[in-house]
Amino acid sequence: MTESTYRIQGATGEWEVVIGLEVHAQVTSNSKLFSGAATQFGAEPNAQVSLVDAAMPGMLPVPNRECIRQAVRTGLAIDAQINKWSRFDRKNYFYADLPQGYQISQLYHPIVGEGSLTIDADEKAGLPEAKVIGIERIHVEQDAGKLMHDQHPTMSYVDLNRSGVALMEIVSRPDMRSPAEAGAYVAKLRQILRYVGSCDGNMDQGSMRCDVNVSVRKPGDEFGTRTETKNVNSVRFVMATIEHEAARQVDVLESGGKIVQETRLFDPGTGTTRSMRSKEDAHDYRYFPDPDLLPLVLDDAFLEDCRQSLPELPDAKRARYETELGLSPYNAAVLTAEVETARWFELLLGETATAQGKAPADVAKQAANWLISELFGALNKLGKSLEDSPVSPSAGAELLALMGKGTISGSIAKQVLEKMLETGDSAGAIVEREGLKQESDTGAIEAKVDEILVRIGGGKVALFGFFVGQTMKAMQGKGNPQVVNEILKTKLG
Amino acid sequence: MTDLTDLGVAAIRDGIAAGTFTAVEVAEAFNANVAAAQEALNAFIVATPDKAIEAATAIDARRVKGEPLGKMGGVPIGMKDLFATTGVQTTAASHMLEGFVPQYESTVSQKLWDAGAGMLGKLNLDQFAMGSSNETSYFGNVISPWKRNDGGNAALAPGGSSGGSSAAIAARLCPAATGTDTGGSIRQPAAFTGITGIKPTYGRCSRWGVVAFASSLDQAGPMARDVTDCAIMLEAMAGFDPKDSTSLDLPVPEWAAGLNADLSGKRVGIPREYRMDGMDADVAKSWDDGIAWLTDAGATIVDISLPHTKYALPAYYIIAPAEASSNLARYDGVRYGLRDLPEGSGLQDMYAATRAAGFGAEVKRRILIGTYVLSAGFYDAYYTQAQKVRALIARDFAEAFEQCDVILAPTAPSAAFALGDNTEDPLKMYLNDVFAVPASLAGLPAMSVPAGLNREGLPLGLQIIGRAFDEQGVLNAGLAIENRAGFTARPAKWW
Repeated sequence: MTESTYRIQGATGEWEVVIGLEVHAQVTSNSKLFSGAATQFGAEPNAQVSLVDAAMPGMLPVPNRECIRQAVRTGLAIDAQINKWSRFDRKNYFYADLPQGYQISQLYHPIVGEGSLTIDADEKAGLPEAKVIGIERIHVEQDAGKLMHDQHPTMSYVDLNRSGVALMEIVSRPDMRSPAEAGAYVAKLRQILRYVGSCDGNMDQGSMRCDVNVSVRKPGDEFGTRTETKNVNSVRFVMATIEHEAARQVDVLESGGKIVQETRLFDPGTGTTRSMRSKEDAHDYRYFPDPDLLPLVLDDAFLEDCRQSLPELPDAKRARYETELGLSPYNAAVLTAEVETARWFELLLGETATAQGKAPADVAKQAANWLISELFGALNKLGKSLEDSPVSPSAGAELLALMGKGTISGSIAKQVLEKMLETGDSAGAIVEREGLKQESDTGAIEAKVDEILVRIGGGKVALFGFFVGQTMKAMQGKGNPQVVNEILKTKLG
Repeated sequence: MTDLTDLGVAAIRDGIAAGTFTAVEVAEAFNANVAAAQEALNAFIVATPDKAIEAATAIDARRVKGEPLGKMGGVPIGMKDLFATTGVQTTAASHMLEGFVPQYESTVSQKLWDAGAGMLGKLNLDQFAMGSSNETSYFGNVISPWKRNDGGNAALAPGGSSGGSSAAIAARLCPAATGTDTGGSIRQPAAFTGITGIKPTYGRCSRWGVVAFASSLDQAGPMARDVTDCAIMLEAMAGFDPKDSTSLDLPVPEWAAGLNADLSGKRVGIPREYRMDGMDADVAKSWDDGIAWLTDAGATIVDISLPHTKYALPAYYIIAPAEASSNLARYDGVRYGLRDLPEGSGLQDMYAATRAAGFGAEVKRRILIGTYVLSAGFYDAYYTQAQKVRALIARDFAEAFEQCDVILAPTAPSAAFALGDNTEDPLKMYLNDVFAVPASLAGLPAMSVPAGLNREGLPLGLQIIGRAFDEQGVLNAGLAIENRAGFTARPAKWW
């Protein structure tokens, strides 16, 4: 592994940036971490609040097994140590969006320990080589509610829908050295979470938010003092935060100042960060084990169940697409980027292999090329995503089978796909209805060739291409090009 | 005809079932006593006579139809005002929750209603269950029905925090009541008023819907006139509750049916560390009486050692306030209860004003102590150390129970004191719990039964501590004492 060459050019020379990320990922589950209230995004304010979430007197938290399971599955997906004994702690502070006056979190004994993920090489993004980024821990904790400042001239309102929703806090090691690495880390983490199904990764809805820790140093020096920029909610903003914050820190240091350990906020409007509170103002959270909850003890059967439930993960899947299916690295990467795409592709592949009576590896390239070059393009034109594609994987497989058997040509297939997207009809029905079947009957083609030769009056080899074109045109594109070629060769030869 | 309010749980239940009297007659009799004593004793924060009649009417109707009436069928009880009751103000005796009417019912109270009990009212207590004399209630202190025999008229403490419960039972305002015990809050008031109360094993009774003081210690239990009534009521209160993560997932034994005062083959441990220098002579004598009675019941007496006893009270006064400081953070003026929002003020001002006005002095003291012991730089020295002590105390008991089956000790170091005696000195007040706190820290079942009167004519209690989950052993030893103590004293009615 080589170190990043990303440097900030300062007046006193080159500076290196050191980045660690804390990603808060909302756990995909129907109910909250410690209550039965729903977690759906976009509900009316305070419509999803239980007595526990509102911290009514005498209410008690009960851990939601599904949230715990998702955290463990996530840990397994990053090859992390799963702690069979973990514990919940209270983080005490007062705020209007925190009904209990404390957040239930895990400080001392997190459920997931040391793990890692690999960010892939991507020359264009400034990542010449793959790099392993360490992950220190994952713990589960409650989200807070939301303050609404625009509802009343002098008061703020509180929406507790999010209060108590389960979050995973995924804490990286300070292993990243450039905005590109940080961006790739967040993207990769998001990809893994979506594969595992433990977080939907919707950054614009706040399901994934990053606290960005940044410091700078002269290459080879000890770590500098870091700042933490809170709640950054897109990959682009994470990168912008680092660029701005690193440059700011270099400026401060080069003009003789000191970096103060502080919490900062990113302003997406200006692309800059500003101070929120310094370490001196930091809360004393008075963490202590939550006496309402017993330690969380996981048994082997539970861990095994979590392990068994894990899908094939993106790195493994991509490697398999290349080695077993013989796909190009580019195609393999495209097809595995989003879990939905891979799922769609695998359905298509299975149906295609069955329809053509071949092994998946023998039709993989055909299926991959069609999906990437044809369907993506066509959907793109319609402004649709794969998830709401009017063409299902089995409908696609039928189309591919018609091509594979030579029933229709590639160019006709394009037309058929357009009709399929328009009407939702099957490829077979469209081909039948519109008479688009490829003509391989030598007699029929020869008759057309003769007709053309007569019409144009003989011909020469130089005009061969012209005659092919004329024949295909006369056959409305349905002539099997090979047969047309052969017949013309004899006729003109 | 006997005065119905002289009857206990079993007698009332059985009398109603047999048709000797109706549940409504019983409820009316107790309602009348509640109303008549309210001004003098201040045992209730809110009386709910209609609720009592409503429940009694339902029981009488069930009886007519021949339907089962339940373990507590027709028994009207008092509910400590720490248990949330649907539609009935629940205050924890604090200004903070004055006027707070829950839309939910605590698991324990619901189980009691399901067992056929009715509610006479919400009983007074020390504010947020913090206190040993009931003097910290925002709604005025409860006055014990007992008086010293010195001819003086000093108002005495009913004990705390379940002082409304203890006073009401002793004064025949209810045959039984719920209590909660964090560091002696069932046992000490029971001892002060000559009644019986048991704190079961931590986790036996659900904490769901009980206003929290110190979550790892809080435990509900019954208070009644005798051991049998406690056993019956505890059966109705206990049971696994999936809404409380610390609830014990164990079947509830039939404690009442299992009562057996023959202690042959049982060993009773006498902890030497509890025999402290300067121990009250009457308390020491009642302890000796207890030893004699249990010997008479067939038990073998063994000397045991609980070496870390002297660290229990300091550890308790770190752990309980630490948890309380966090548990009481929810009273912030935002969602319910008191809100003090001075003109033009912001969020922080609202917190400060609300909490300054809503909490009493003792509650504030404990929040401050708790905040301090959890703060950065002090956490290890106090909280972590206290947890270690707690583990050692639990180990003390575990080792002791290899040599004995139950432990006998005084419940409190003295009989009831006069109101105001200890209010200037919190440490002196805290010492009231010195014998009660170790069992709380270890989560063990412990009960207080009346042992006799001291030279001032005031009741003294004896405490029996048992192994975890062995409420039966505790109740049986309690019954053996009860059978021999012959405690029939009751306060002369002056109210």
